[in-house]
Parts: sequence; C-alpha cells; structure tokens
Amino acid sequence: MTDTWPTRTECRFRVLDTPVLAEPDGVLVVPEAGLLVVSDLHFEKGSSFAAKGQMLPPYDTRTTLRRLGEAIDRHAPQTVMALGDSFHDLRADQRMHGADADRLADLVRRAERWIWIEGNHDPAPPPQFGGEVRHEIELAGLVFRHEPTEGPAPGEVAGHLHPCAKVRRKGRSVRNRCFATDGSRLVLPAFGAFTGGLNVRDEAFVRCFGRTPDALVMGRDRVWPVASATCVPDRY
Amino acid sequence: MPDTQSLSPLPARFADWFASRGWSVRPHQVEMIEAARAGEDALLIAPTGGGKTLGGFLPSLIELSDRVGDRPSRDRPHALHTLYISPLKALSVDVARNLMAPVSEMGLDLRIETRTGDTSPSKRQRQRAHPPDILLTTPEQLALFCATANAEAFFRDLRRIVIDEIHAIAPQKRGDLLALGLAAIARWAPDARRAGLSATVADEGGLARWLTAQPADGEPHFARIVRGAAGARPQVDILDPETRIPWAGHSGRHALADVYARIKASKMALVFVNTRSQAELTFQELWNINDENLPIALHHGSLAPEQRRKVEAAMAAGKLKAVVCTSTLDLGIDWGDVDLVVQMGAPKGSSRLIQRLGRSNHQLDNPSRALLAPTNRFEHLECQAARDAVADNALDGEPLKAGALDVLAQHIMGRGCGEGFEADALFTEIRSAAPYAALDRATFDKVLDFTATGGYALQTYDRFRRLIKRRDGLWVARTPQIAQRHRLNVGTIVESPMLDVVVSSRGRGGHRLGQIEEWFVDQLVPGDTFLFAGQVLRFEGIEEMAVRVTRSSDTEPRIPTYNGGKFPLSTYLAARVRDLVQSPDSWHQLPGQVRDWLELQQKRSRLPRSDGLLVETFPRSARFYLVCYPFEGRLAHQTLGMLLTRRLERMRMRPMGFVANEYALSVWGLRDLSGVDFDALFDEDMMGDDLDAWLAESQLMMRTFRNCAVIAGLIERRFPGQEKTGRQVTMSTDLIYNVLREHEPDHVLLKAAWADAGSGLLDIHRLGDALARIRGQIEHIDLDRISPLAVPVMLEIGKEPVYGEGHESILEDVSSEDLIAEAMRLD
Repeated sequence: MTDTWPTRTECRFRVLDTPVLAEPDGVLVVPEAGLLVVSDLHFEKGSSFAAKGQMLPPYDTRTTLRRLGEAIDRHAPQTVMALGDSFHDLRADQRMHGADADRLADLVRRAERWIWIEGNHDPAPPPQFGGEVRHEIELAGLVFRHEPTEGPAPGEVAGHLHPCAKVRRKGRSVRNRCFATDGSRLVLPAFGAFTGGLNVRDEAFVRCFGRTPDALVMGRDRVWPVASATCVPDRY
Repeated sequence: MPDTQSLSPLPARFADWFASRGWSVRPHQVEMIEAARAGEDALLIAPTGGGKTLGGFLPSLIELSDRVGDRPSRDRPHALHTLYISPLKALSVDVARNLMAPVSEMGLDLRIETRTGDTSPSKRQRQRAHPPDILLTTPEQLALFCATANAEAFFRDLRRIVIDEIHAIAPQKRGDLLALGLAAIARWAPDARRAGLSATVADEGGLARWLTAQPADGEPHFARIVRGAAGARPQVDILDPETRIPWAGHSGRHALADVYARIKASKMALVFVNTRSQAELTFQELWNINDENLPIALHHGSLAPEQRRKVEAAMAAGKLKAVVCTSTLDLGIDWGDVDLVVQMGAPKGSSRLIQRLGRSNHQLDNPSRALLAPTNRFEHLECQAARDAVADNALDGEPLKAGALDVLAQHIMGRGCGEGFEADALFTEIRSAAPYAALDRATFDKVLDFTATGGYALQTYDRFRRLIKRRDGLWVARTPQIAQRHRLNVGTIVESPMLDVVVSSRGRGGHRLGQIEEWFVDQLVPGDTFLFAGQVLRFEGIEEMAVRVTRSSDTEPRIPTYNGGKFPLSTYLAARVRDLVQSPDSWHQLPGQVRDWLELQQKRSRLPRSDGLLVETFPRSARFYLVCYPFEGRLAHQTLGMLLTRRLERMRMRPMGFVANEYALSVWGLRDLSGVDFDALFDEDMMGDDLDAWLAESQLMMRTFRNCAVIAGLIERRFPGQEKTGRQVTMSTDLIYNVLREHEPDHVLLKAAWADAGSGLLDIHRLGDALARIRGQIEHIDLDRISPLAVPVMLEIGKEPVYGEGHESILEDVSSEDLIAEAMRLD
C-alpha cells in the first residue's frame, strides 16, 4: 500500500568472502562465477501424490520450469546448478509430461554448463536430460552440496531444509520461504512449486548453524532481511 | 374435546391417546396424515410449540401401528420404515426421547434409534444388519450410507423421510449433500415420501421445491405446503439503558446491569450472543455483577461435550437461572422452561431472531418474551428494524442456490464407493434433486472426470484413476482402500482445525475444557492469557497436539476472537435499517441518545438515503478520509474496501488503508479525496479486472478454495490412523491454488470456489447488487471534520486489522538493512 518501496529487488551480501545475490523468487546468483543456483525443485511432486490417490494438479513441474527459465533468461549464466532433490522421486522422469521433459532438456542444452547435485530424493538424477551429476562441487570459494553439514562448515551452500521464516507484527503474522544464513554459510529456499517449508527456528537449523540463522525472506517483489531474533517459531 | 374420529382419519389407538392426554389433534397434523395417505411430500410450517414434530411423525406412527399392531418388535422382520434427518446430533437425541413417550403410551413396541458420528461401531453394525423402525440421523450419516455397499438393501423398505429444521439445512452445502442423498434413496425406495418441518420459512416455494423430486422434463414440482396456526405474537422489548450507549464495539457491558435485573425477574433465561468470544465475555461480566450467586451457565460449540451435556441436564432439571449461549441452542431443542430470551447484540436477521424467540415459552397461546440488548448505537437501529420485522412476521434467510460442484464431486465419488453407478442413470438421478435440476451433461461429465482423474486438461493421471468403469458399465472405486479413504472424508463442514484445551495445575494431570482454533493458538506466546470456558487461562505451550493451560488470576485476558458465529447483517434487515435511518418520522421509537445522534448527523452532514449511497470526505490529523454507508455487512464492505483502494491507487490518490464494519466503510490516504469522480470510483466494472487481480492473491479466496478442495476430495482431512494437521493442508492448498489458476483457470474446482466467493467470505454477489442499486445515486458531501455517523467505523481503526498489502507491510516493518550491514557485510 505504501509507494516508497525500493525498486531494487535482489539482496546483495557475502557468503564467507564471496559476493552473492538472493532474488525474491528463490534464486541465488554468484556473479564472479557466472553461476545461477536453485535448490529442491521437486519435479513431479504433484504426480507422486496422484499415484497415491490424491489428484493434485499435474502442473507443478511446468510452473517450476517457467520460473527457472525466466531466471536463466534474466541472468544468462554460464553455469546453472540444481542443488539436489530436483526430482521428487526416482520415477519422476517417467511421469513427466512430454512437453515438460522437452522444455527441461532444452534449458539444459542451452546452458554452457549444467550441474545436477545429488539429493536424497534423487540420489541418481536421470541422465536423459543431459548435464553433469556431482555429489558436491567447489566453485568461487564456496562448496555446494545438497544436505547442509551439522556443525561448522564455512563457505557451504546447501538446500534440503526448505527454510521458511515466520514474523509477527501487531497480532498478525506472515510465513514465507527464505534464504537462511549467518554470513559464513547459506541454505537456499526450495524452488519447486509444490514445496513446503521448515521454520528457521527449528532445531535442524541450530544443528547446522550453531544458532538460529538470519533470514532473507522472499517477499512479492523483493527480499527482506530479517534478524534471527525477530523470527518466531510456528508455535510455542 | 371434539370428536376426533369424525374430525380426522385417526385410528382408535391414536384418538384414545390424544383423549387420554386431554389434547385434540391439530388441523395441520391431520393434513400431514392426509398428505401421506395421498402419497404426497409435504412441507409443514408451524410455529414452535405447535406440535410440529408430532405432525411429522404421526403418519409414520399410524402406518407402523397398522403394520405391527401389538406384535413385539423381536417377533417381526426388520425393516427401516422412517428416516429422520436433522442438522444437529443433539436434536436427534432430543427428538428420539420425545417420541418415545407417545409410542410407549400407545403400547407400540417400536425400535427408535439414533445414529450420529458418536455411535459406536458395534451399534452401527447391528443397525445395518437389523434396521430399527425409525432411525434418527444427520445428513453426513446419510452420505456415508450412500458410500457403502448394500445401501440399496438397507433402504429398500423405507416409507417416510422426515427432515427437521429444513430451512437451516437446505441453503447450505449440507443441503446439497442431503438433496443428492435423497435422490439416491428415491431410486432404491421409490415409495418413500418426504416431510419437511420448519418454523421459519422465508422462501416457501423454494423449500417446497427443494423437498420434492424434480421430474426429468425440467418443469418444477412442489411439495404440498401445510401451515400450522400462528402462535401468539411475540413480545419484543429493546433495552433502553440509563447508561451511555457506546459508539462502537460489541461488549454490551453498559447493558449488563439491566440484563441481570431481567434475568433475576425471570424463571429461566437464555442469553443469546453472536460469537463465542462474546459468549465468554458476557458470561464473565455477568458473574462479575452476580451478587446473588444466581446459577448462570455457559454453552457454546467449542466447549467439551461433557461440559455441554452437564449444562443441558441442569437446564432440563430447572436448576439454572440463565444460560449464555451461541447458535448451538438456536434450533428446536427443549431443555427446560425458558420464559425469557435475551439477545445481546443485533440479531442480524429476522428469521434468526424469530427462531431464537421460539426458544422461550413453548406454549402456543402464550407470547414468547424477548429482550434485545444492542451493544452500540448502530445496533439500536438494527434491533429496531428486527423488532418491526418480527411484528410483521417478515422472514429473511439465505437464498437457495444452485448445487455446489464440490459437493457433487463428493457424492459421485461416494456412489462409486458404494453400489457403483451407470453414468447416464446417475445423471438423471442427480437432476431429480432440486439444487441440481439445471445441471448440464457437460458439467456433470467434467465433475465425474474430476473425481476419477482430477479432471485436468493434461490427462496424465489416467493410470492413477480413483474411479474405474467396469466392463458391465458400472463406475466403481478402483480399490477398497480408495473407498475407505473417501468415507473418512465425507461431509461438507470444513471447520478450521481445532486443538484440545487441557488445563492442569503445576504441570500435572489435566482435564479437557474444549477445543480452540489452531490459528488462534498460533498467535499465543507462553504467558499470554485468554478467556475460555468462563475462565481466564494462561497459555503454557503445545504438547502432543493439545494446548496446555493453567488457571490464571489475571483480570484482563486476551479474548479469543473465534472465527465461528460472525453472521453478516441480512440483506433484508439492511434494507429496513436504511429505511429507518432516512425517515425521522419513525425515530420516536429509538432511545433519546440514538435519536440525538441521528439529528446531529442531519445537521452536520446528511442522512444516507435508502436508494442511494452517502459518501463523506473530510480531513483529520494529516490524513484524508472517505466514509461511505452501504449497510451491506462487513464481508461485502471488506471486499469493497479492497477494490476501492486498488482503484484509488491507480488514480494516484495514495490510499493507505481501510476499515469496515457492518454498516460503513472508511478509506484513508495521503491526498484529499474530495475531488474524486465517485461515479467512476464506485462503477460496477470494479467487479471485473480489479476483482480478478485481487482474487489472485486474496487469503480469503485461498481459504474458500481450500474448503472446496477438501469437500471435493482433492485433499483429505485425515488419513486412516493418522491425523493430518491443518497447517499441512493450508500450505499445500495455497500452492495448489496458485498453480491451478496459472495453468487451468477454468478447472471445475476453481469454478466451485468462485461460486462460493459469490456468497461466503467475500460476499461478491451482494456487493455487485449494491453497486447496481446505487448507480447514479451517489451523494457526495465534503466536510471539514468527521460526521456523527462516521464515528463508529472510525473507532474501529486500530482495533480491526487494516486490510491491504498486509504481508509485504509486515515484512517491511520487521526487516532490517542493518542486519546485512552488520552481520553480512553489505558491499
């Protein structure tokens, strides 16, 4: 309702010594490496529910791909990295609609370099779409892997936890996806259209960061930095 | 005592029984018997205390008496003769009890049983194998029957169906579900006749049509309408307190001393309030002034059933002086000798008031007495309008709507989980239910496809289908597990998820006080206090899905603002309030304070005209305000506020927020709004693109969609053996809504949600009607300061959440650039 919002959309900061930027749609960019990172795409989560009898819309892959394609067009990165759990399960590629599979293969083909990091949902990402598969990789002074390390891990960029932050103000609250960081390491939000979230006040984050991390909360048009002390648990 | 034999076709056993009680059979009861003999469905409209229930059951009892004579029930074959359906479990239990008296006094050995959500599995099994003569149950239980095998055998012998409080069921989704269930029964038991019972019917023709099967040719059919004699005119007083009447708020604190005095003078009083939080507050305040320790109790839907049963028993035993209650005691349960009904706050509709009046004095010839206690000045106007409406016996009520598609999906799935169905035959059957009489085949096929595969244009789910078409042409559930899961999700009431409230002392033991909405608990921090079950409780934390609390000595608790029970002002009463405001001739009935207020408004600004819209603009402490008075209820006003601020933003008027109450809407901003073209601002075209854009991100719309998704079976309430928490459901439906809206905006479930948005939380239809009504009739007046009529809505600012770009503004408030500078070394 106010008309004073900054026009700047992304949030610039450093992880360890590497400058990065976080975007309101959940994309991380590492400019010096020409790298664009997204995490936890969970392709075909909708159809995995359908296989169990709940007919969720089969369009989550499509939405995720559209948003990913837009981010790639915006940045024209040399390298695109999917930080694990890109496919919701080992049969996701078989359930994927042909048009979606083509679109994905096309995105991979157009990138100079495409890296699939292995996740717990997709320990072996399907080879049919191209790209290289890594368990983890070091780039620009950072190490990228799916599951964040419990205990100190300076320079680590991970996913897996699907961080969310809840804040409260004047009796009302909002809970959105966020990047979780303490300045030395980072956990990316889940990018997939049907992915839920885990509150940054959860124990799982403390086991990694040694404390509740700060949150870079994904708003409608920009990323809002929120101090860990301001984040509240889902419930007491 | 007239000779009942010549007056009516009453068999001797019944005539003797009436005579033994010193009663005579009433004409409407005779007419119900005649209708039954003629094989007609009948809608009985009779005031409370008019022998309505007996009128509904007499035809059944006579037929059963002819059939069974004096044979004991164990010596004859088991067959279900009459099915009784009511909206409340408690009502079924009450009616069963009341029915037993005449039955045993007439020496009939009939099996009369109830079946509700609380009925034990073993009793259910027995009822299935050996049906009682009369089964009393709820719409949900009927839907469950439809979704199980052998439903046909169970209902084959059914002769009569009695639907109680039919006006309360029919306009809702429960009514759609029931209508579909009745259509299914009509196939299995073509001779079963229907009787509908009600005391307050606004749309007699609509209900008479709803009650009876509709023919395939589309020509509407109607049940016979049977009317009981009108009772004595109720006597309704409006409290005119000595104290100052508040401008706004709903506490009613200023009136409680007078209310207490009336309670003291009565035998037993029911004190009705509109919300559960009001019930808690009123109860507490009454006890604060209860110097004589009168036995005053509390009754509302969130209390534990044991607590409620205790209060009901005490009422029946005449041990209570007053009960503070919500709509849980609206419907026809007679718990005792009530001689005064108090309505705290405006009744919101004339039918609701008449229904509540009927709770007092259950003798037809004595007038029921009621006291209306308005909680603020606007409510005085509303109470006056309601009193006039009652004097005219003018009823309002929810209009009947076309059947909801999410309910249809649930029913179709249910039929597939039961006996199975042929698509053509089911389509014909469904169109015999009045709400679905106009259903076209294409829509039916879409809904069928939705239940089977999700109904997506992409058609990728064929191998996962829930319903399959067998070689013999019957559609059935693909696996027994799918059918079982469906049965766990039957019903149309999607309540917000609730958590048990357990009170303990020093962290030990504990007993359950009732249930409270999860979203409310999510706002609490340990140490917060709130009012529940008449006590101030301290929130300690959540353990094993229960809210742990201790008793607190705090005097000022946070009050639970429950979702439940906020009725919007009925369209009918709204029109009467508008009329009242614009005619000073009728103000003599109002208390002096209220009259002065309106006279001052007349002097300082203008009175809103009933056929137009008054818009006032004025500056106040560096802001500019626009206040308008549509009188269309809070929900429609909120939607209007949302759309107006969008438009003003586009006009670069820099609106900052708005707040709505039942009567008015106030919008404020940084620029003077007096020069705005109000005809353009309030143009009906806001219901197009502006509305569409807002719905894309509206939380209310997502909640509406969630309800449809649960009813239609897209998402489940719970899995066998595992309770899914509300949060998980909420998370996923918002995501589903966004994705579906992006890719398939015409999907049947979005259509269902859109239809709901027309009435429910967004009240879009009502807003549309209002905008049409005021077109070209907008009166703008620019003032140099706030007007008297604007005060109540202006007082809501700060109390009610300001709608707008809420989420972003919260984030903006709490976010800190320093954080990055300090902790993350901003470039």
